[in-house]
Amino acid sequence: MDRKIVIPGEIIIEGDEYLPGDFTEKKNGKLFALRYGLAEEQNNLIKVIPLSGVYHARRGNVVIGKVENILANGWIIDIGAADTAFLSIMEVPKYVNKDAMDEVLNIGDMVIAKIWSINKRGIDLSLKSRGLGRIEEGLIFEVNSNKVPRIIGKEGSMIKIIKDNTGCDITVGQNGMVLLDGKDIDSELFAKKAIRFIEKKSHIQGLTAEVEKWFTGEKK
Amino acid sequence: MVKEFKRPDGRKLTEMRPIKAEVGVVPNADGSAMFQSGKTIAIAAVYGPKKMHPQHKQDPSTGQLRCEYNMISFSVDDRIRPGRNRRAMEISEITKWALEPSVMLEKYPNQVVDIHINIIQADAGTRCAGINAAAMALAHAGIPMRDIVSSISIGKLDKTLVVDLTKEEEDFEEGEGPTDIPVSMTSDGKVTHMQLDGKIGVKQLQESIDMAYEACKEVREVQKQALKDFIGELK
Repeated sequence: MDRKIVIPGEIIIEGDEYLPGDFTEKKNGKLFALRYGLAEEQNNLIKVIPLSGVYHARRGNVVIGKVENILANGWIIDIGAADTAFLSIMEVPKYVNKDAMDEVLNIGDMVIAKIWSINKRGIDLSLKSRGLGRIEEGLIFEVNSNKVPRIIGKEGSMIKIIKDNTGCDITVGQNGMVLLDGKDIDSELFAKKAIRFIEKKSHIQGLTAEVEKWFTGEKK
Repeated sequence: MVKEFKRPDGRKLTEMRPIKAEVGVVPNADGSAMFQSGKTIAIAAVYGPKKMHPQHKQDPSTGQLRCEYNMISFSVDDRIRPGRNRRAMEISEITKWALEPSVMLEKYPNQVVDIHINIIQADAGTRCAGINAAAMALAHAGIPMRDIVSSISIGKLDKTLVVDLTKEEEDFEEGEGPTDIPVSMTSDGKVTHMQLDGKIGVKQLQESIDMAYEACKEVREVQKQALKDFIGELK
């Protein structure tokens, strides 16, 4: 089956051999879409890839968030999910003086963190991994979180293209926050423009080639 | 011989006004849509799922839907006083009930999905236009749904059943007068909302639901197309 756009309640395909995957439902041998997006088949497994909507936190996601509040034993971080996220001082890989927590992370600071657990009480974050911690400098902006896999590309191929063409270091949080760090503001803005282009064209096939073409067009 | 009933704008009895729909009209919202039926224009914006506030309204067993219908003060020729009134509150609640059966909120405990509907131009059938726009906006916001709800108003003018009343027809005063029956249904013809304003017999009511089913089919096609056009070509 070819990829196609589906809307909720639409029959994606008929036949007993197909299995329902993410956001699909099987009723009387027919597979129904339960969400607006792209329907895709892989080894008879049908799933819907969402293209819009808010960010849903998952365990293991690396996200970029903003420090909202300082509590006695940690920080409250806004990562754009429905639940607020908590970063405990136990999860910071260095000594934290409880009387001067704002020296480690102050309100308004941006931070790269990893979701290590999601439970009834909320989301717990950790900084105990490479590349996590407070963001010192760079340009941060937001894209739709559903398009993040496209901006990263297969095994980071898309990020590599942008990096090679603009010279910017790129960190993409799974929640849709993008951090760019280049040698000057112009290269950062150029990279931002490229990412906005990918965001707009995210659903087309052969996107990598399209982006390379865009870069050669822009550089002229 | 019975004289055939003529509609003021020359439409056939089962003919709807020209409809237009567009998705993504409010960039700041998580999902949004515009639905136009003749001169009636509705804009719907959806925010969420997000944490329900105030906290005492949170429901740990399921997510909730919240709906706000509003007519903009310039939507009718006589300026209407802006803000919530009895009618707006009723329609807000009705819209929520019409959409709730299709939306799968079980996965979002303690959370809420907010729907804001604004009527920027009114010429009867605003609640139906609002429901149609809201259904598209919900889909655009990526809320899991079993189906898309479509809505249409059926009218009885004297003794004749017609589809999609305009304001002019609603003010019809001959014979038995006008009766307005807004109906919302899913694609398999299950009614999620129906209102009745006036008098009608059981037989004719059944007939009007059948007419609504046919009309909703057409509305759904437009909703579907608008959602597909928003993404554009895949190649």
